[in-house]
Amino acid sequence: MADSDIKALTADLDGVKFDETAFTVPVPLTEAKVAIVTSASLHHPDDEDFSPMDTGYRILRSEPRDYVMGHWSPNFDATGFALDINTVFPIDRLDELAAQGVIGSVAEEHLAYAGNQFDLSAIRLDSGPSGAKFLKEQDVDVVLLTPV
Amino acid sequence: MATVAFGSIKSQIETTAPPRGLWCDFPLGRPLGVPSDPEFQHRVLAKAFELLDSPEPIFAEYDVSIIDDENEVMACPMPPRHDPDLHPAIDEAKGLRPAYERSVAQYGNRVGAGRVVQADEITDAIDAFVKIAEGTPWKEAGVPGIPARVSQDIRGYYETAALALSDHAPPAWAGTRWFLDHTEAGRVLMNARQAMADAGEPNPIWFYMAPGDR
Repeated sequence: MADSDIKALTADLDGVKFDETAFTVPVPLTEAKVAIVTSASLHHPDDEDFSPMDTGYRILRSEPRDYVMGHWSPNFDATGFALDINTVFPIDRLDELAAQGVIGSVAEEHLAYAGNQFDLSAIRLDSGPSGAKFLKEQDVDVVLLTPV
Repeated sequence: MATVAFGSIKSQIETTAPPRGLWCDFPLGRPLGVPSDPEFQHRVLAKAFELLDSPEPIFAEYDVSIIDDENEVMACPMPPRHDPDLHPAIDEAKGLRPAYERSVAQYGNRVGAGRVVQADEITDAIDAFVKIAEGTPWKEAGVPGIPARVSQDIRGYYETAALALSDHAPPAWAGTRWFLDHTEAGRVLMNARQAMADAGEPNPIWFYMAPGDR
């Protein structure tokens, strides 16, 4: 078993192709509020776990950092996240960058989706725009998308 | 909002073509590369934020790769056989409980048991898979949930325990290889999975009990 073998299983899956690229120029990074959106199916222990093919999202508060991984896929290494949440969700690193003035601030709430999807239509039409609206209402300027 | 998308599989992020995409050739599950290495993680983030300066859509490759060597396995001192009357996998899981608890106390229960099977119930779940491996139809074996999810709890229990038995951050997949190839419970799980496949059970019921290349 090897990482390359797992990647090879999915490398040829049809990806989503967009007619247009939604390109936006952000405010200067030193003024930007930064949020993380991950497809690692993270959630707080008391929040609803992800169900199979769950197309919704969970809100990840900056505190407490008690995130658990609710991913249904067996096809990734989980020990990195088990040791250090920043391997997937670099919230401590963003705090350090904000303290150094490299970024403006860190959002108080972030989002997690489930990455193991077979049909993306519900995310594209519903929970994706809903999550984006949620972040915009927090005045988020920059989003880091981290995959699992 | 401006986005920077990290990608772990080059062809996928190239095809999707996000406004700003950064392909990091890191193992799946580790988009920031190296656990417990803030300097490494900061370098990756710096490259990601650098893409925000581009006036047009951009795809970049991070200049450091982390390649899984396919062979490295966690070296964990296993508990000695304690109760010869128990199935070896159940005896093993019971023996790993102190390590599991130490790991949860140190890191939190981030990937361990608890999705459908609590730590106290892990041995019952393993026992259900022992029955399947020995020929009991899976629906009659007492699996306490969807087999794939139960399997995740068992694997998570073992990988979490292993972190307390190792003195360094393991390479990606080293914990999974240890569980599947070097533990009694891993063997039980794979044998149960094969038994379900041989019995003609639907692929989704057993396939996701282990990584897809198994």
